[in-house]
Amino acid sequence: MTRLLLFGRLHDIAGWRERRLDAAPATLFALRDALAREDAALGEALAGPGVHAVVDQIIVRGDASLVGAAEVAFLPPMSGG
Amino acid sequence: MSVTLSKTPIAPGALLDGFCANRSETGAVASFTGLVRAEQGVTQALEPESYEGFAEKQIEAMVASAVERFSLQDALVVHRIGRIGPGEAVRIIAAAAPHRKAALEACDHLTDYLKSRAPFWKKEHGPDGERWIEPTIADHQDAARWDEATK
Repeated sequence: MTRLLLFGRLHDIAGWRERRLDAAPATLFALRDALAREDAALGEALAGPGVHAVVDQIIVRGDASLVGAAEVAFLPPMSGG
Repeated sequence: MSVTLSKTPIAPGALLDGFCANRSETGAVASFTGLVRAEQGVTQALEPESYEGFAEKQIEAMVASAVERFSLQDALVVHRIGRIGPGEAVRIIAAAAPHRKAALEACDHLTDYLKSRAPFWKKEHGPDGERWIEPTIADHQDAARWDEATK
């Protein structure tokens, strides 16, 4: 079970904030592709500049394995406090 | 060192009183309190959102780096999340040091970092609806001057 989280404008675009995946794709890029196939607007937003992916609370640059990942989050550019 | 995200109103005076208590070797406590501005009615409420758990860790790393850089004795960050009305405190930052210059500079540094690099996303609610606020160029420049100072 993998918890998938969207923050900021990403959850406004998707219309959801959190989802539980029984079987997450094996990699981050595969997850992003699957989300883009389901929702083109979200796919475009996830590919946009400054969007970070966080796997189990660690920022990931590039692709990453999601095998055993408990939580994946997509963060739009941080707007600060 | 303490970092807290608060879903309930924060009381800057009480937090500062607590932070200043029992400090026989501290000569200076500098603090910054950020309030929500109404912008002549444009902002009816501000709604910062955060990634709880992750955000505290990121901010704690920023604070730990400031403690080391400015040789602080202690630091405090309390940040509101959720819907906040004009005039309410959105954040308080405090730094304790033996002397004033380090405390003032650390407070300024932490404020700049939190304004542009902390994992918050702010939604503004106004008469024309809601919008997400991005950091301004000035916010990024304010934070970048501390990067340059370390080169």
